[in-house]
Amino acid sequence: MPTAVIDDFEIKHRGGGGPPPAPPAGGDDGSRGAGGDSSIISRRAYFTGLTLALGGILMFFMALTSAYIVRKGLGGNWQAISLPRILWLNTAVLLASSATIEVARRKLAGNLVAAFRNWWWMTTALGGAFVLGQLVAWQQMVERGIYLAGNPASSFFYVLTASHGIHLLGGIIFLFYVAFRAWSRSAISQSTAAELAAVYWHFMDGLWVFLLLLVSLGQ
Amino acid sequence: MVTHEEGGAHAHHPPTGFIRKYIFSVDHKVIGIQYILLALVSVFVGMALSLFMRIHLAWPDAKVPFFHDGIITPEQYLALMTMHGSIMVFMVLTTAPQSGFGNYFLPIQIGAADMAFPVLNMLSFWVTFLSLMVMLAAFFVTAGAPISGWTAYAPLSALGEIAGPGQGTGQTLWVIGLAIFCIAALLGALNFITTTIDLRARGLSLLRMPLTCWTWFVTAVLGLLAFGVLFAACLLLLLDRVAGTSFFVPGGLIVSDKAVDHAGGSPLLWQHLFWFFGHPEVYIAILPGMGVASHVLSTFARKPVFGYRAMVYAICGIGFLGFMVWGHHMFMSGMSPYSALAFSLLTMSIGVPSAIKTFNWLGTLWGGRIQFKAPMLFALGFVSLFVTGGVSGLFLAQPAVDIALHDSPFVVAHFHIIMGVAAIFGIFAATYFWFSKMFGRMMNETLGKIHFWLTFVGVYLIFMPMHWQGLVGQPRRISDFTNYDFLAPLQPMQKFISIAALFTISVQLIFLFNFLYSLKRGKKAEMNPWHATTLEWTVPSPPPHDNFGGHVPVVYRGPYEFSVPGMAEDYLPQHLAPEKVSKA
Repeated sequence: MPTAVIDDFEIKHRGGGGPPPAPPAGGDDGSRGAGGDSSIISRRAYFTGLTLALGGILMFFMALTSAYIVRKGLGGNWQAISLPRILWLNTAVLLASSATIEVARRKLAGNLVAAFRNWWWMTTALGGAFVLGQLVAWQQMVERGIYLAGNPASSFFYVLTASHGIHLLGGIIFLFYVAFRAWSRSAISQSTAAELAAVYWHFMDGLWVFLLLLVSLGQ
Repeated sequence: MVTHEEGGAHAHHPPTGFIRKYIFSVDHKVIGIQYILLALVSVFVGMALSLFMRIHLAWPDAKVPFFHDGIITPEQYLALMTMHGSIMVFMVLTTAPQSGFGNYFLPIQIGAADMAFPVLNMLSFWVTFLSLMVMLAAFFVTAGAPISGWTAYAPLSALGEIAGPGQGTGQTLWVIGLAIFCIAALLGALNFITTTIDLRARGLSLLRMPLTCWTWFVTAVLGLLAFGVLFAACLLLLLDRVAGTSFFVPGGLIVSDKAVDHAGGSPLLWQHLFWFFGHPEVYIAILPGMGVASHVLSTFARKPVFGYRAMVYAICGIGFLGFMVWGHHMFMSGMSPYSALAFSLLTMSIGVPSAIKTFNWLGTLWGGRIQFKAPMLFALGFVSLFVTGGVSGLFLAQPAVDIALHDSPFVVAHFHIIMGVAAIFGIFAATYFWFSKMFGRMMNETLGKIHFWLTFVGVYLIFMPMHWQGLVGQPRRISDFTNYDFLAPLQPMQKFISIAALFTISVQLIFLFNFLYSLKRGKKAEMNPWHATTLEWTVPSPPPHDNFGGHVPVVYRGPYEFSVPGMAEDYLPQHLAPEKVSKA
């Protein structure tokens, strides 16, 4: 395709290529879709995409949860494990990080870039501390002789914490990405990206609380 | 004045270099063709595997190439079966109708320049490719490919090499390959749903979308909800295999004269997780075919789809019910009769939206001016196969009948007809219908018709006798029935089926020839050779990089406005403004 046509296409999407086409008769959602402003479309698409991604992740964890409940219901060699206390500290750290990311996001929305950076890095550090704390919890369990291949309760504990930890590491990469990417050349603003990261982060936070309740009360 | 660095919502540069244009392209059309080529290679691999199986079943002593001394052992037969099923289900039936044609035509049919996330789209394809490579690698490791079937039932699949040849590294590669496939499928599903929700052209309300888009949309929803569960199942199975856990392996097993060092796992847990994915997977394979059939039937009957809204509700109903019936794969597992009753009733209730669809297809044909072109023939073949395979599904939905017929060729015939062959007919209909749009040339119509009739007759000759084999008590997953006196009278039927299979597979070379020949030498295609109404027929063949050449389409009406009274033409394109419509 000649570049000129692409350029024309871009201009139209940005609202500079003449009047937008008249809403068609009978169209019940004429404001939607490719006729609208591209940054609004991008923003909406990214939020839709993130919501769907979280839906897929939720199904993965629900599958593990139902497997956990079913396996526990079978009894057999299921032995409840005592959880390391550091998990509660880790939980507090993660909850705190949800608060800091929320502050950071609002600072950026208010264009307070320096404050945003401080709170953003604090969130990243708290996220890193959580992951390290989870590794310490694993180490403590290993010291007590509780291994992945021990009994089903411990197997599930390791699988659930590892799966959550990997998703949280993904979240930390997301935080770095938001901090370092050159957003001026992007389809969405840094503020929107920070909002997306915050939604993901809160979800991982809530998911962890759920998993902790599952492995502590569900045993 | 391009300001987007990468695919935000949809806009991006046309690439210039070969690698960015054809290999790591972010253009949904190139990615769609890449998926179709991946499926095309896979389908010929899968067919070759089935050919070995059929030759061995009919003539167990026949020497075949690629096997030691030309002999297929029972274990190798099971490996052929496992890989045939896995490759066909995942790399063909999941890939071609949805990721292939859906990728190519969803954005164009909804008036968008690309998928919502083009880079993610590229990633989905290459992750799928990696998954295929990992899965195929199972053929080339010591002891070969796994033997536990595409369903990989535990504990057979969980124990490692003591469970048989192929159950070591081969099965591990299979599980890893499948887990990778889940990731690709999830990324793809996310992209399809976002694109459908957020990138539709002005005026294209949900109830003005072509039924193809509806089926791609619902299929993506099924994929999003189902593949995460399969990924979890694969993760647990992999840990059982390599990390010594016992999620699926019960205690007290003695396998190959060795005590198994596992305790307390549940093989049924695997079945629940697998089939929670596995049944929706059937609809992931068949729904896009339903969309294509509706689209093509309407176009070539020159009539609107009969009961468009009912069709949409039926698609959604089938998708919804598809998640509630997984237990019908497990009637043999000793489940409570009350659970079996619930699963049975829910399964039979899928007959309602399915029947709505079938009657609406017939209603679409009724009184139409039918043009028997190659795509139309394949769409009609789809309806025929869907009914045949669906009716045997109603038999199998009843636990008492299923317990008798389970693990027999009756089930093999049922799922091949409805999930395999019907879906393939959908793919063929789509290929003959859209080839001109994708490549700018027409496929040869005469060869297309010959291909249809020979394939249509061939598949019925293959699969109808299998129903009788099942009814008289022949089991499946056995490589040589000549060892059993009571099955000896069935051997002529085995030979008949194998000859039919050889015939049908050779007929596909006509298609392959037509496809390749038409790419270079086919008649140049007009922009809208079928006089169809949807947006893909308003752009050049093949469409430009951004699909609409800088123009932003606007939609004024539904997708199937054929033979509208008082109009000069017998079709009213979706994009044509009311003031431009010429009256008779």
